[in-house]
Amino acid sequence: MNSMEGLVTQIQGLSSTASDVLMLQNLLKQANDSLHAESTRLLPFLDQLDPSKHSLGYLYFLEACTAGPITKEQASSYVLIIARFLSSCVSEQIRLASHKFISVCKRFKDQLVLLGEPLRGFALMLTAIRKFQSSTEHLTALHPEFLLLCLLAKSYKTGHSVLEEDIFEVDQPKDLFLYCYYGGMICIGQKHFQKALELLHNVVTAPMFAVNAIAVEAYKKYILVSLILHGQFSTSLPKYSSSAAQRNLRSLCQLYFDMENSYSNGKIGDLETYVQSNKERFEHDNNLGLVKQVVSSLYKQNIQRLTQTYLTLSLQDIANTVQLSSVREAEMHVLQMIQDVEIYATINQKDGMVRFLEDPEQYKTIEMIERIDSSIQRLMILSKKITLTDELMSCDPSYLSKGCRERQKFDFDDYDSVPQRFNV
Amino acid sequence: MDGEDGAPKSLMEEMYANGIEGVDDAPSSSTSTTIRKNRPIISGEQLDIEAYAALYSGRTKIMRLIFLADHCDNSGMQLEALRMAYDELKKGENTQLFREVVQKIDGRLGPNYSTDATWCAMVDRKADQRKDKLESELNAYRTNLIKESIRMGYNDFGDFYYAHGALGDAFKSYVRTRDYCTTSKHIIQMCLSAILVSIEMGQFAHVTSYVSKAEQTPEALDPPSIAKLRCAAGLAHLEAKKYKLAARKFLEVGPELGNSYSEVIAPQDVATYGGLCALASFDRTELKNKVIDNINFRNFLELVPEVRELINDFYSSHYASCLEYLGNLKSNLMLDIHIHDHVETLYDQIRSRALIQYTHPFVSVDMRMMADAFKTSVAGLEKELESLITDNQIQARIDSHNKILYARHADQRNATFQRVLQTGNEFDWDVRAMLLRANLLKHEYNLRASRKI
Repeated sequence: MNSMEGLVTQIQGLSSTASDVLMLQNLLKQANDSLHAESTRLLPFLDQLDPSKHSLGYLYFLEACTAGPITKEQASSYVLIIARFLSSCVSEQIRLASHKFISVCKRFKDQLVLLGEPLRGFALMLTAIRKFQSSTEHLTALHPEFLLLCLLAKSYKTGHSVLEEDIFEVDQPKDLFLYCYYGGMICIGQKHFQKALELLHNVVTAPMFAVNAIAVEAYKKYILVSLILHGQFSTSLPKYSSSAAQRNLRSLCQLYFDMENSYSNGKIGDLETYVQSNKERFEHDNNLGLVKQVVSSLYKQNIQRLTQTYLTLSLQDIANTVQLSSVREAEMHVLQMIQDVEIYATINQKDGMVRFLEDPEQYKTIEMIERIDSSIQRLMILSKKITLTDELMSCDPSYLSKGCRERQKFDFDDYDSVPQRFNV
Repeated sequence: MDGEDGAPKSLMEEMYANGIEGVDDAPSSSTSTTIRKNRPIISGEQLDIEAYAALYSGRTKIMRLIFLADHCDNSGMQLEALRMAYDELKKGENTQLFREVVQKIDGRLGPNYSTDATWCAMVDRKADQRKDKLESELNAYRTNLIKESIRMGYNDFGDFYYAHGALGDAFKSYVRTRDYCTTSKHIIQMCLSAILVSIEMGQFAHVTSYVSKAEQTPEALDPPSIAKLRCAAGLAHLEAKKYKLAARKFLEVGPELGNSYSEVIAPQDVATYGGLCALASFDRTELKNKVIDNINFRNFLELVPEVRELINDFYSSHYASCLEYLGNLKSNLMLDIHIHDHVETLYDQIRSRALIQYTHPFVSVDMRMMADAFKTSVAGLEKELESLITDNQIQARIDSHNKILYARHADQRNATFQRVLQTGNEFDWDVRAMLLRANLLKHEYNLRASRKI
């Protein structure tokens, strides 16, 4: 107990300047084991510390407290404590002990899940992420936790705002996989299928040595979303995806490949029978909702094909061609598509005719010019980023050592500007 | 164009009322002449088997008659064909085919046309004797090492096998003469024999290779040989479904062909195959230059006036009569040994071209008039047009309510803008994904490196 009290006073004393904080960190590291030993009795000490001034010390204490298994009653009290901590901690101090911070947040999430109240947590998680990130392009281990909470709470909007940022730096590949997978699911929930497709594509084509379960699940959803969005799906993965993925993913997702085959035939009846017969397997993968959306998208694809060949078409003919059961259903489908701006048409109810129009966009408005301009600016920034990365890479010692070793195989005359031997 | 005489109003009427008026340009020769030579053999009427068979000689005559018998449903024609095949076979030495034909006749033609076992045995015996003799001669020549006689020996062997129906052996023997050919004439003879056997065997890959070999000889070929080689090449392309190339080859055949290639093809066939393939695959300028204005080919077309009429009708946009001629010719074409596999495809292609050509000059087309011109219903026409539009062969849109077809030309400017924005988005996405992957790889590499240390 005495050591604890001594520790507390030291924390209180040494939390003011940066050099003090570093000293404090060393002390705390040494005291880590004793903290863990006393984990059950550390709670009252937390009250003596102020999370906003003594964040580092608080963090160590907190982490030790929550290290062991937690019961439900304790969970709610801990949730309050952690919530207060997260809202008031100081980012420089917590970055010094990043592992501890991550584990505390993970416990936080677990407790919330245990309590069944994810809604309470994700705003705080967002603040935690903001404090923890070194820049908005950095993916932390907290991101997937946050997205998971959003998913469980079914509040997709907040999740979406985080997804808007581009990620370029990653700590752990596993974080990226989970992040993209959950992110894809959030986008699907919000019906932003294009963004979902991008995120899932990142998971599927990421470099990996062996296929992992996240990639498999992501691939299944990827097939379904690509069918909904584009009406087609290229069965081969792009060349830059890992060889493990290219070899194995297909056999693991055969059910969805067959579905794609019956989709491309364009017949609603076949697709529906296929879905019916495999219903349990889709449910097992939790994809049944998505599969139903795929079936309804087939109608849309067929109607869109009609816009290419016809100027006007009677609703009866549409119903027949697309194999809908009645004229009313055809009208509902066309109306829905017009509202979603997927086709341009007018319905003449008196004659029962639909008139398909051209895309009225003339590309002459100011908004269009601004849009093109902003795209150009964005792409220029991206290009600069690429050249910068390329330059950094070419100065990297490991690249140079590997590259030079290979160069010795070539003619001296061709590459005499490069040093022949490079000692690293 | 035909309608250029008379007032403009009647011209318009004629253009619109494409098929409503009767078929005025019926072939004049089908009823007039009675001389057998001038009567068109491949016409809309029922095939005159004797006249048809008289065009050919040798093995192809027998094969064609057998094919006719197999494929026509009229039993009278069938028996007629089989009878002629029997008579022809009796003059030859092919006992294998003889037995087949007898089996097909099945006694229906009476006792005169049954298995003549004695004749078969006699022919077989003679064949064995001849074969032994040829072999001993060949061996003698081989020991003497006189090139010319060895070549003649192999040639005789080839002829012998061919007459007896052993086509594979015949081909091998002919090919063996290649090593002993000294002049270009020998080479050409070898090539022509090889081509003949290959066509009978149905191996058209060999046909192409031997045609090119023959055409590469340093000496100039005489015109009948050139014509023969072109016919053979055309047949090979036809089998390979390369209709454009086949048409070009057939159109280049000169009138020197005459009846000299009756073991393979008749001039009427050259006209028919060439005409149909050209219609199915040429565009308007090529059709005019190579077919209609082609003086040499005109001689061939005279032999099949219906094909001539139908090509002219197509060019002058009288689609109804053109399609009517095609319909009439179809039953006889299905009995022809080389083209019967391709009749459907060629007809579909000709019909599609007619539809496309009809709609091409107009901004809007009334589908009812078009259906009349093509002698189909409006619904059927709509289906056909829909498939052509989906295949992007007609740029138009259908107004199903008023049954009008409107031409539609893509707006280049909008399309360009759309593509630009799309490319920008794709680039954006690709680059971001790429940077992310590079980062992952770097992280992995660092991880491995740190583990090593």
